[in-house]
Amino acid sequence: MARDTLFEWLLRRGDTALVLGHRVSEWCGHSPVLEEDIALANVALDLIGQARMWLGLAGEVEGKGRGENELAYLRDAWDFRNFLLAEQPNGDFGQTLMRQFLIDAYQVPLLEALKSSKDERIAAIAAKAGKEVAYHLDRSADLVIRLGDGTEESHRRMQQALDALWSYTGEMFASDAIDTAMSEAGLAPDAASLKAEWKETIEAVLDEATLTLPESDFAHMGGLTGRHSEHLGHMLAEMQFLQRAYPGATW
Amino acid sequence: MPVSMDTVWQWLSEIPDPEIPVLSLTDLGVIRDVSWQDETLVVTVTPTYSGCPATAVINLDIETKLLECGVTKVRLEQQLSPPWTTDWLTQEGRAKLRAYGIAPPVDGTRSDGSAAGRVARLTGQGSFQVACPRCGSENTEKVSQFGSTPCKAAYRCRSCLEPFDYFKCH
Repeated sequence: MARDTLFEWLLRRGDTALVLGHRVSEWCGHSPVLEEDIALANVALDLIGQARMWLGLAGEVEGKGRGENELAYLRDAWDFRNFLLAEQPNGDFGQTLMRQFLIDAYQVPLLEALKSSKDERIAAIAAKAGKEVAYHLDRSADLVIRLGDGTEESHRRMQQALDALWSYTGEMFASDAIDTAMSEAGLAPDAASLKAEWKETIEAVLDEATLTLPESDFAHMGGLTGRHSEHLGHMLAEMQFLQRAYPGATW
Repeated sequence: MPVSMDTVWQWLSEIPDPEIPVLSLTDLGVIRDVSWQDETLVVTVTPTYSGCPATAVINLDIETKLLECGVTKVRLEQQLSPPWTTDWLTQEGRAKLRAYGIAPPVDGTRSDGSAAGRVARLTGQGSFQVACPRCGSENTEKVSQFGSTPCKAAYRCRSCLEPFDYFKCH
């Protein structure tokens, strides 16, 4: 396995966890009810912890002396390899929950498959993260159902969130040269192979939630090659401010 | 070899978990191995949750304790695999949790994120009862999948009306 291929692939995992984790952490202190505020903060913590593991390994593989902190705080938007879906703004509580659900439903089969990666470091992170993400999916699926099949207003907002985010889901299943190289080496599943289980979860939950699956399969692409939406730069400006303004600052 | 392993494990069993101080680190099962490598005592620790903020404090507490006990060289190693599971919580630890007001994990109920499991839950099967740690009633309900820490869920008792934390099966 070429070192840069593995590095790029690890950034996809780490950056998606980091960006989503940071987005979710933006809710801290702003959630509609205390229990949800705490739950969101805990999900964010899990994701940031997972980002540390993936980015730590990425830095090790790269071998240029960059660790999780340098990768998280000292790269600019075009160096990030997260899915565009993860960087989409929080919107209302429903949109945050829908974004979480769409990604959780993807992460569960991905991490399950990665548990049998031929790279034991990848398998170890996947086994650890997979246990956490299973609970994330339990929660996000439960809330999507409760809000979708809730009041007229909550239903309307959940459908709106689904319609707005749907075109960002296709990117998760688009295989490219990096994915192919990883799957041929037995290190990771091919991205497209995860779609069937994801779709099964999405359909079952949306059906219970009385929400309608959008028909269009148009997909925004670019996150995995560093072409991001304008939202990522704004997010990084806030997330990276301290390390940029005071390089090497420690707590 | 300066001190016996039994003594080292005894020392480690005296270190409280920073989040749930009634539990010791050995009750929690996060210390996977202890061994001497020449003059250095190597302690292998596994994190409970990837983002658990207590992990850094746990490492610091282990180092501090061992240095206080007279060990001069300590090295901590992190081990991810096999991942930590609540199966490693000792029976003593579970009893301590309950007495502290936290319902211990109901074994065999770990979420695996599987489609079959979700369908079962959606149809009301596959659910389980968590007994209230205060009054013992099984008439309880989940308020949120995540409680005061990622390892816990928030519950409430319909009998005594008290809220409580449930240590999720993990």
